[in-house]
Amino acid sequence: MTNTTVDPATSDRRDSGRTNPSNKQTSTAGDKVVGSVSHTVLTIWSIIVILPMLWVLLSSFKTTTEIFASPFALPEEWSFNNYVNAWTTSGIGSFFSNTIIVVFGALILTMLFGSMSAYVLARFQFPGSRAIYYLMLAGLTFPIFLAIVPLFFVLQSTGLLNTLLGMIITYTAFAFPFTVFFLFSFFKSLSTSIAEAAAIDGAGEWRTFFQVMLPMARPGLATVAILNFVGLWNQFLLPIALNTNPDNYVLTQGMAQFAAQAGYSIDAGALFAAVIITVIPVLIVYLIFQRQLQGSVSQGTNK
Amino acid sequence: MTVVNAQVAPGGGRTTATRRWTRKDLTFDKISFMVVCLVVPLVVYIVFVVSPFVQAAYYSLTDWSGFTSGMNFIGVSNYVKLFQDATFLKSVGNSVTLALVLPIVTLGVALIFATLVTIGGPSSGAIRGLRNASFYRVISFFPYVIPAIVIGLIWAQVYDPNIGILNGLLTGIGLDQFEAFAWLGNVETAMPAVMFVIVWSLIGFYMVLFIAAIKGIPAEIYEAARIDGAGRLRTALTITIPLIRDNIQTAYIYMGILALDAFVYMAALESGGGPANSTLVMSQQLFTTAFTKGQFGYACAMGVILALVTLLFAGVVFLVSRLTGGSNEVAE
Repeated sequence: MTNTTVDPATSDRRDSGRTNPSNKQTSTAGDKVVGSVSHTVLTIWSIIVILPMLWVLLSSFKTTTEIFASPFALPEEWSFNNYVNAWTTSGIGSFFSNTIIVVFGALILTMLFGSMSAYVLARFQFPGSRAIYYLMLAGLTFPIFLAIVPLFFVLQSTGLLNTLLGMIITYTAFAFPFTVFFLFSFFKSLSTSIAEAAAIDGAGEWRTFFQVMLPMARPGLATVAILNFVGLWNQFLLPIALNTNPDNYVLTQGMAQFAAQAGYSIDAGALFAAVIITVIPVLIVYLIFQRQLQGSVSQGTNK
Repeated sequence: MTVVNAQVAPGGGRTTATRRWTRKDLTFDKISFMVVCLVVPLVVYIVFVVSPFVQAAYYSLTDWSGFTSGMNFIGVSNYVKLFQDATFLKSVGNSVTLALVLPIVTLGVALIFATLVTIGGPSSGAIRGLRNASFYRVISFFPYVIPAIVIGLIWAQVYDPNIGILNGLLTGIGLDQFEAFAWLGNVETAMPAVMFVIVWSLIGFYMVLFIAAIKGIPAEIYEAARIDGAGRLRTALTITIPLIRDNIQTAYIYMGILALDAFVYMAALESGGGPANSTLVMSQQLFTTAFTKGQFGYACAMGVILALVTLLFAGVVFLVSRLTGGSNEVAE
C-alpha cells in the first residue's frame, strides 16, 4: 500500500478515478448511495455551468423575433447574420487587436522587468531591499480603487491618458508586484553556485542572467506568464477609467459598451453573437492548455 | 511547488553565499545591470502604483473637484460627510454583505466538490475520487477563463424577464408567476441573483486550488483514518480541513477582496446600483462619484474607506484563523 501511494503516477489515480483491473473493488451499499448522490450533485452543477453558454450559442443563430418567441426553440434556419452584424457594428475586430497589443505588450514588459527585479532582489543583498519588499506588498494589498483617481491624473499629466501605451505601462505596473513576489521565491530556490560558476567563467551579470539564470527559471516563468495573461485579458477597471477613447477600447470595455447599445436597440441576437465571438478563442485555448493552466493556478496561489 | 523545492541545494550552506556589495563590485557591468533591472521598473512602479495610493490619502482631505485648479485642505470633512451620506452607507452595507456571504458560500461549495473529486470514491481499495472526476473539474473551472464582464453579460441575458432562459425554464415547469419576472429588477431578488453569478464564476477556480492542496496530503493519512474507522464526513472535517487550512485562509482573503470589489459583475448586471440601490457597492459609488460627478476628493475618501475595510477583513480572517489554532504564516 505504501509503495503505491509514494509513486506519484498512482496517486494521480485519485483524480482520474481509473480503476486498476488487478485490484477488484468491492462496493458497499453505502458507497453506492454516496457515489450516486455525489455524481448527481456534480452533474447538476456541470449542467448549470454549461447550460447558459449553450443557450447563448443557440440564441446567437436566431432572429430577434425567434429569441422573443421562445428561449428553447431551435432557430428556423441557422444563419450567421447576427455574427455579421456583431462584427461590423460592434467594432469587435478593433477591440480584439487593441487587446492583443495591450495584453501582449504588458505581458512581455511584466515578465522581463519582473524577472529581472526578482532576480536582483533574490541574489544580492543591499540596503533598502526590505523597503522594496514592503512597497511590493502594499501594491498587492491595497485595492486598485484607492489609486484609480490619482492614477487618472498621473496619466493625464504624462500625456498617456487614452493611449494604448498608457494602458501597457499601467497594466505592467499593476502586474509587477505579483510577478516579483512569485519569481523572487523561485530565484531564491535556484542554487547560487551556478551563477557563481558562470561569473568565474567570465560571464558578466547580463550574460549570467539571460543565458544562465533565466532559462533555469523557465517553469516559474511559464506559470506566472499564464496567470498574468488571464488577469490582464480580463482587466476591466483600468481601461474603463483610463482609456475612454472608443478607438482604443479593449475587448472587455468594448463588450460592456456594445451590450449597453444592444440593450437600447433590442438587438439581442447580435449581443449573443458577440459573446460567442469573445468566448470561442478562450475556449479553444482553454481546452488545449487546461492542464497547464490549472497547474499554474494551484502553484501560483498555494505558494 | 515540488519542482521548485527539488532544486534547492541541500544543507543550506549556500545561503551565506548571497553577495554583499564591496567597492570592487561596482563595475560598469554591475551598475548598468542593477539600474536596468531594478531602478527602472521600480521607478515606473512607484510612479504608477505607489504614488497614486499616497496621493489618494492626501486628496481625501481636500475638496478637490479635479478640473478646477483650486484645491482646499478641508481636513476630515469628507469623512464626516461620508458617514452622513445615506447612499454611501448603503453601499458599504451591501459590500460588507457580499464579503460575508460570498467567501463562505463559494469556498464551502468548492471544498465539498474538491473533496468529492479527490477522496469521495468507494470506501475500499486505494483512496481515490469519483469516476469522471477530471471531467467535472474541467467543466467547473471553465468560467475562470471567461472575462468577468462577459460572464455578467451572459447572466444578464439569462435573467432577462422576457427572453431569459431562467424564466423560460420556470414557466416551462408550470411556475407561471415567473412569467416576465425581473430577477434583477426586484429588491428581494437582485442581490441574491448577483451573488449567484459571482459564486458560479469562481467555484471552479477554488475547487482547483483545493484539489491541488488535498492531493498534497499523503494518502497514508487517509488510509490510517479509514483503518481507524473514520467515515467520509469525519475524514473531511478532521483531516482534510485542518491540513489545508492555510490554503483555505489564503482563499478566504482573496475571495473577500474580490467580494469587496465586485465592480465588474455589477457593471454588467446592475450598472445603475440595482432597484432602490439594493446592489450598489462601494466601488461603483466611488467610480460614479469620481468619473461622473467629478468629486475627486470625496471619491478618494471613499477609496480610503474601501482600503480600510479590505485591510480589516484580512485582519479578521488572520485573527479568527489564529484563534482557532492555525499557523500565522501568510501563504502567498
